[in-house]
Amino acid sequence: APIPYPSAVIENAGETQKMNLFQAINNAMDISLRTDEKACIFGEDVGFGGVFRCTVDLRDKYGAKRVFNTPLCEQGIAGFAIGMAAQGATAIAEIQFADYIFPAFDQIVNEAAKYRYRSGGQFDCGSVTFRAPYGAVGHGGHYHSQSPESYFAHTPGLKVVMPNTPVEAKGLLLASIRDKNPVVFFEPKLLYRSAVEEVPIGDYEIPLGKARVVQEGSDITIVGWGSQMRVLNQAVHMAKEKLGISCELIDLRTILPWDVEAVEASVKKTGRLIISHEAPKTGGWAAEISSTIQERCFLHLEAPIQRICGYDTPFPLIFERFYVPDHLKNFEAIKKSVKY
Amino acid sequence: MSQNIKNLSKLVRQSSNRWLFQQNRVQTLSLNNSSIFVKNAINNNNSNKNINVKYFSTKTETQQDLDVDKFDYTNKLEPQVLKDYIPCYTVMDQEGVVNPPSADPNFGQELVTKMYKQMLLLNTMDSIFYDVQRQGRISFYMTSFGEEAIHIGSAQALSMDDTIFAQYRESGVLMWRGFTLDEIANQCCSNELDPGKGRQMPVHFGSKRINVQTISSPLTTQLPQAVGSSYAQKLAGEKNCTIVYFGEGAASEGDFHAAMNFAATLSTPTIFFCRNNKWAISTPASEQYRGDGIAGRGPSAYGMTTFRVDGNDIWAVYNVTKMARDIAVEKGVPVLIEAMTYRVSHHSTSDDSSRYRTTEEINHWKEKKNPVNRLKNYMIRKGWWTEELEKSTIKESREQVKAALQKAEAQKKPMISELFTDVYDTIPNNLLEQQKELIEHIKLYPEEYPIDQYAPEK
Repeated sequence: APIPYPSAVIENAGETQKMNLFQAINNAMDISLRTDEKACIFGEDVGFGGVFRCTVDLRDKYGAKRVFNTPLCEQGIAGFAIGMAAQGATAIAEIQFADYIFPAFDQIVNEAAKYRYRSGGQFDCGSVTFRAPYGAVGHGGHYHSQSPESYFAHTPGLKVVMPNTPVEAKGLLLASIRDKNPVVFFEPKLLYRSAVEEVPIGDYEIPLGKARVVQEGSDITIVGWGSQMRVLNQAVHMAKEKLGISCELIDLRTILPWDVEAVEASVKKTGRLIISHEAPKTGGWAAEISSTIQERCFLHLEAPIQRICGYDTPFPLIFERFYVPDHLKNFEAIKKSVKY
Repeated sequence: MSQNIKNLSKLVRQSSNRWLFQQNRVQTLSLNNSSIFVKNAINNNNSNKNINVKYFSTKTETQQDLDVDKFDYTNKLEPQVLKDYIPCYTVMDQEGVVNPPSADPNFGQELVTKMYKQMLLLNTMDSIFYDVQRQGRISFYMTSFGEEAIHIGSAQALSMDDTIFAQYRESGVLMWRGFTLDEIANQCCSNELDPGKGRQMPVHFGSKRINVQTISSPLTTQLPQAVGSSYAQKLAGEKNCTIVYFGEGAASEGDFHAAMNFAATLSTPTIFFCRNNKWAISTPASEQYRGDGIAGRGPSAYGMTTFRVDGNDIWAVYNVTKMARDIAVEKGVPVLIEAMTYRVSHHSTSDDSSRYRTTEEINHWKEKKNPVNRLKNYMIRKGWWTEELEKSTIKESREQVKAALQKAEAQKKPMISELFTDVYDTIPNNLLEQQKELIEHIKLYPEEYPIDQYAPEK
């Protein structure tokens, strides 16, 4: 039986409704369009509801001026979004798969990220959010599986956010849309339909740059984000059941700027750290976390920090089961760390 | 304003019911009639023989779908090749004679004098700043020689509420909007009065006050941004447009295609203003494209209303930009302008253009098609200008530029802590730590860093 993933608690949130992840995303955008008349959603195929149903019914509700299809061109979508934001509108741009965000890399890295800095604060495109489904999905092959967060996390001026649960996806997306900086928001497409929980129907935000301690523990700290959290949750349960190891599980939620203090505090308590992500190991964001924690927690570390990641290959179709850093690979890493 | 332009504006106003959004599929207007007006306006100097009306009708505006059932089918196997070129609209010759006279916007003496003086000031500034870079007093510079008519002519046709996105060779556009010599000098000297806080290379101007978005080096990125900007203007119900300037080299970037197609399909009030000056650094236009220049891409590839204009004729540039603005604002659709000109200057201070082109070629454009002399001759004909005035104006301009430069050079650079601000709206912890590290570090080596040149921390 699948191990249930702990829901996040939103204080004083009021009435809730059962939603999966795509419905929670849809709900967040519905609230954005309702509360901000300058907000628009656009991208490839968003008009009829999106290939993952994230924008379903929004065009009917808010009109074709505010929810519309663009030509099939990612650099155009990104540039258009930046221009809208620079003119004072709120731009919620969708890139159909994170794998196809690279044509927009120049616009996002050279333009969006530097817009405020280069003008001395005279102009900004802070009201732009780039949404894109990311991550392994079982059969996505090279171009429907990628996790490109560390490419963007190397870019000062951007924020990079990766939610996990429906409750958090909604709160983080609303915060991202309203944040005064350009945000790249990667949605775990594996969870669009499979993650279901009670989600507050009201307007709430979850602050960016703050990690969530999903489960407290005392022996080892495990850090991840996005859909990898489910895998880690399973590994953590296995470690408890089989070996009686108490793991502290942390969802980073925001990749840039990341919550150094939360991870640091946890590692100072546990003395051990594993970071796990689907993206390839070399140059992945785990390297940044590992290096920073080594600088800050040198005297507290009882074992080498381990990175349990995708291999340094393109994301393969038929070998996906072997490629992904699954719960067993993470379970072995926990064992190794505690026995060190 | 010429009669033809008035006619078109009127027609556009009558025909355009309201802002139309592409999704509404509303057929508001057949451009067949207005095409003829455009054609007449362009052809009214009788110098263009092979005008082809079809270039000036736009599919976008009639909202036709290029449906597979609507093709003309043929059983003749015939490769299609480029047959017609879009003619170039010009009304004033090198002697300053306007033909037909109705194409003369007939501005008063005061305004025309101001326009001409602005051209001289732009030239004077460019000469001095070029030399100043050669002396190592600023790190980089780009002049605008040969493109003065484009700058002043197009800027005059716009409203201050029209947003501008520029490439980098449009200093005159900014100056015509009121960007001062002091502001130019402060930016080029990277001093603490530069609103850009000295972070970007010289000539990367930008000013909220005159509604010009800050220039960046990556070519063509500003084009899809301008489309988004104009979409936001339209959405907000503004009666304004966004104009975006770029060179013919930049038009080879993917962002050009992205922007043109987005503007057309989303019906945005965007003016695409291409400065075709024949050279992208050392690459001649013949190695940049094989079609009918940039204008040729407008009507057939994107269904966009298009003009080609003599970029060295200030009145032709003005007329075309004015009409383009009328069309964009009244109908909420994009317009493409290709202004044919010649980059008389080197590409930049890091370039020696004599290595790839001849002096004869440059002189041809300087002597036969000079945009500044053309307006000068126009003014002399009107009895508004003399060689004495010319001399005294240049002298005066030199003094103004030198004074601005000296003032700017005397200023301190921005506070060192400004290295870390404006990356985000607020400074995140990692940057606060790095800021502190730097300040501690330079205290260890006060002799090794040019601290005295920077403004004291507040």
